[in-house]
Amino acid sequence: MKLINNARYRRRRFWNVFNLSMSIVATLIGLFWLIWILWTTVRNGAAAINIHLFTGDTPAPGSMGGLRNAFVGSLLMIGVAVLVGTPVGILAGTWLAEFAQGKRLGSIIRFFNDILLSAPSIVIGLFIYAIMVVPMGHFSGLAGAFSLAILLLPVVLRTTDEMLTMVPGTMREAALALGAPHWKMIVQISYRAARSGILTGILLAIARISGETAPLLFTALNNQFFSMNLNEPIANIPVVIFQFAMSPYHEWQDLAWMGALMATFAVLVLSLGSRFLIKDRSPR
Amino acid sequence: MSELHNTKIAVRHLDFYYGSNKSLKDINLEMPEKQVTAFIGPSGCGKSTLLRVFNRMYSLYPGQRATGEVLLDGENILSPSMDVNMLRAKIGMVFQKPTPFPMSIYDNIAFGIKLYEKLRKVEMDERVEEALRQAALWDEVKDKLKTSGLGLSGGQQQRLCIARAVAVKPEVILLDEPTSALDPIATLKIEELVSELRNQFTILIVTHNMQQAARVSDYTAFMYIGEMVEFGQTNQLFTNPAKKQTEDYITGRYG
Repeated sequence: MKLINNARYRRRRFWNVFNLSMSIVATLIGLFWLIWILWTTVRNGAAAINIHLFTGDTPAPGSMGGLRNAFVGSLLMIGVAVLVGTPVGILAGTWLAEFAQGKRLGSIIRFFNDILLSAPSIVIGLFIYAIMVVPMGHFSGLAGAFSLAILLLPVVLRTTDEMLTMVPGTMREAALALGAPHWKMIVQISYRAARSGILTGILLAIARISGETAPLLFTALNNQFFSMNLNEPIANIPVVIFQFAMSPYHEWQDLAWMGALMATFAVLVLSLGSRFLIKDRSPR
Repeated sequence: MSELHNTKIAVRHLDFYYGSNKSLKDINLEMPEKQVTAFIGPSGCGKSTLLRVFNRMYSLYPGQRATGEVLLDGENILSPSMDVNMLRAKIGMVFQKPTPFPMSIYDNIAFGIKLYEKLRKVEMDERVEEALRQAALWDEVKDKLKTSGLGLSGGQQQRLCIARAVAVKPEVILLDEPTSALDPIATLKIEELVSELRNQFTILIVTHNMQQAARVSDYTAFMYIGEMVEFGQTNQLFTNPAKKQTEDYITGRYG
């Protein structure tokens, strides 16, 4: 075999090696920071971990305590946000994918949803502050939940739209060709085909809102005591981390690190869950 | 032809439009009952378009419209008062690419049946088995009815789709290039199946493959750029075509 070894080939090979090396270096730079962040969180959080984390509430400075009230508050608000935001997101996404293909109104709504998707979360917090907190006269868990719901909505809407759009048109036609009415085709065929994709979107949306701090500062604020009343200020992980980490008290700083570790861990579990679902999508 | 068989579907002065683009021009045709009619012609001649008129598939898409008459047992299916879901119960369809639903083999078949009948478990089991037997798939899948239909091979998937279509007991089955995505052995099985099913159903098949049309059909329609050039008994059309255009096509001079 005759080997090609002219200048043109050598130049091509050089650029190939060069670009590949640059890609690897860039990847390593990204990974370096990620690992540093994880390592710092694990080191500081794990060092402080103790039995009171899930049993005690946020303590006064100088005494021992845990984050029970913050965990419960966060779970409550995320739960309400999912209950409010998911149905709206799924229904709107269904409308876009199944009924609005090629329609002008559909592209307008997609465009505005993309704006909502990238809106700074502090703007959403301020908005809920103005329309809920000010008229009600006090901060509340419900206001926090609604601001999270608004952050979750565009993510769910978009993934539902995209996952349903990926369902082959021939599969829809096949269902309709059997004489199935439109709604039955959507519920039993389209949803089933896009099920894990839509669920993945919901999980990723939960992962996104579970770390949001800015909107909660304006809405749920914080509560030093255990509370399940969504009509009053309620403790939550992000704001507790924010306040405790900046405090001068050592116990509070430790709790902030533990909260950070737990939040990271929760997001990791959600991401792994969604990866698992994506893998599950090809049944072969 | 109609001396031997009743006409199942009659097409009268059918025009079809994609937007303002006229893609079927004054089609007239009578398709006999419980016979296989094949539609052949070069790509873009309108044979798939014509097939999609028979179950009103086109009416899903705004901008596509058909004028003229298509009579199923004398009833015009193009009339606005036609209940398309009931029409599709009578006229089943199998597509070019296999389209199994993302559910078990059993549920793939049961989905269609459940649209029209409420059956007890035992009866449903029987119907599913009957449909799979009719599609010559039963022996291959009887031990894995609860596994996903997507796990079958391409040829098996296509037979699953045929089983799903026959399960709702239609009168007519439309096959839109059912073997174009399959290997020769799977193709052969589908062709054998078509020959079996012709006893019970009126079958209309669109195919790119002239040999296939010659093998499986009783009647053949040759179409060219939106027009029905020639329609007649298959052996007649292939051995002694009436039109020069038909002869050129079947002898491979263009297409």
